[in-house]
Amino acid sequence: MAERILMKGNEAIAEAAIRAGCRHYFGYPITPQTEIAAYMAKKMPKIGGVFLQAESEIASINMVYGAAAAGMRVMTSSSSPGISLKAEGLSYIAGSDVPALVVNVQRGGPGLGGIQPSQSDYFQATKGGGHGDYRMIVLAPASVQEMASLTIKGFDLADKYRMTSMILADGTIGQMMEPITFEDAEITTYEKPWALTGTECKRKHNVVNSLYLKPDELERKNFERYEKYAEIEKNEAMWEDYMMDDAEICVVAFGIASRVAKNAVAMARAEGIKVGLIRPITLWPFPNAAFEAADKAKAFISVELSMGQMIEDVKLATKCQKPVYLCNRTGGMIPSPDEILASIRNAMKGE
Amino acid sequence: MKTTQILIAGFGGQGILFSGKFLAYKGLTEELQVSWLPSYGPEMRGGTANCNVILSDTPVGSPIITTPDVLIAMNLPSLEKYVNSVVSGGQIYVDSSLISAKVERDDVEVFYIPATQMAKDEGISSLANMIIVGHLLENNPELSFDGVAEVVEKLVPPKKAALKELNMKALSLGKDYKK
Repeated sequence: MAERILMKGNEAIAEAAIRAGCRHYFGYPITPQTEIAAYMAKKMPKIGGVFLQAESEIASINMVYGAAAAGMRVMTSSSSPGISLKAEGLSYIAGSDVPALVVNVQRGGPGLGGIQPSQSDYFQATKGGGHGDYRMIVLAPASVQEMASLTIKGFDLADKYRMTSMILADGTIGQMMEPITFEDAEITTYEKPWALTGTECKRKHNVVNSLYLKPDELERKNFERYEKYAEIEKNEAMWEDYMMDDAEICVVAFGIASRVAKNAVAMARAEGIKVGLIRPITLWPFPNAAFEAADKAKAFISVELSMGQMIEDVKLATKCQKPVYLCNRTGGMIPSPDEILASIRNAMKGE
Repeated sequence: MKTTQILIAGFGGQGILFSGKFLAYKGLTEELQVSWLPSYGPEMRGGTANCNVILSDTPVGSPIITTPDVLIAMNLPSLEKYVNSVVSGGQIYVDSSLISAKVERDDVEVFYIPATQMAKDEGISSLANMIIVGHLLENNPELSFDGVAEVVEKLVPPKKAALKELNMKALSLGKDYKK
């Protein structure tokens, strides 16, 4: 077995990206994700890769767009306000069908907000952020090990479906250290016949662009893209069930919130309450199948570091047929296991 | 199931995060599950710093500590802030050269160590943190003092090799400290 090493979540993302074959990183520093850029700055020059600190977030996402169009495995990372700046580029990347990995280590918002952990960019990541009809695959790691494994997965899905994968982490998972092992991951390489690699006078020019002035053409493009999205919804949803077999109360939480929720579930179980946890690992596609399987649950509790964003998807997944309660903190605060336990007890009483 | 939650708190610059890292690596070499969570942001540049370390023989749930089993307080504001959060039967380590206040609880074990003064006397003034860690390891056989050299070796960068011996010295001072 590979050696267990201690690493920060942010560093694990950077190391995993390199192992996944990423040789192009463009970014701009912002707390609490700067370790990703620092790691890349140190490592990329030694392995023939590119690290570039751009003049802004907007420049860096457009460098990602360019390198992706050239067929490279490429990434950028930022935190909430920086992701807002990248939104335009994310829309262009979606409209051009090129693959990229974008990391958001979330902090409190809106505006400049704070620098403490948050999950309040859920809407931005899963419902849009940039303009137009588009989706991103959104992966939500809950441990340092998953920061690595989902980065590798994210690159793979991005190439497979020619779109953006976003790692939606938070300041806690980014800053914490845990043991991690890097098994030799099998990396799939994808043919990219659409890429701008130079024609060598042997083929027609490739064009990467998001401009379609004829409405019928743009409509056709959008319909095609949504066929792809439907396939992803069918095939790529990931989640973890925790003590769900006989659960009457179902806590739903991702990322750092799910870690705290697990403690609360264990405490409630010790009191004899039949409670379990669904932890979405993909936020888009949202794991609706997990909720269909949770047929014994009488009520759901969405635990979030936001004013309640994922709760809307929980209501949709349960077709609004059962009560869905919210247990939340925001602005950089994290609910304690006791707060979640209180919420579980209330849900048992139907409150 | 045995889980130890250690909260280390003090000023930025006292090596709060480093001593947490040391305990996390110690746990790693003992084949335990560990998590290390620092406070981050402006407090790293002076002001207050704290660090959450969890060592467990089962997977770590939340890395955030609300009720520590062990508190290391390296300044008065930290002691005042966290003293009542320590679980009954827990341990509190107080750097008594910086904190003259006493802990007014009789359900916890309290260790007063004049670590900052001891470090100064020995010419290792930046290593009060490791004196306390040495004492903590000596008091907690399940974490064990054995094997500290291996961890020091791992944590001190080659460029600062001279610090290895000094860290070992600080750990031993803490181990042997009797009040």
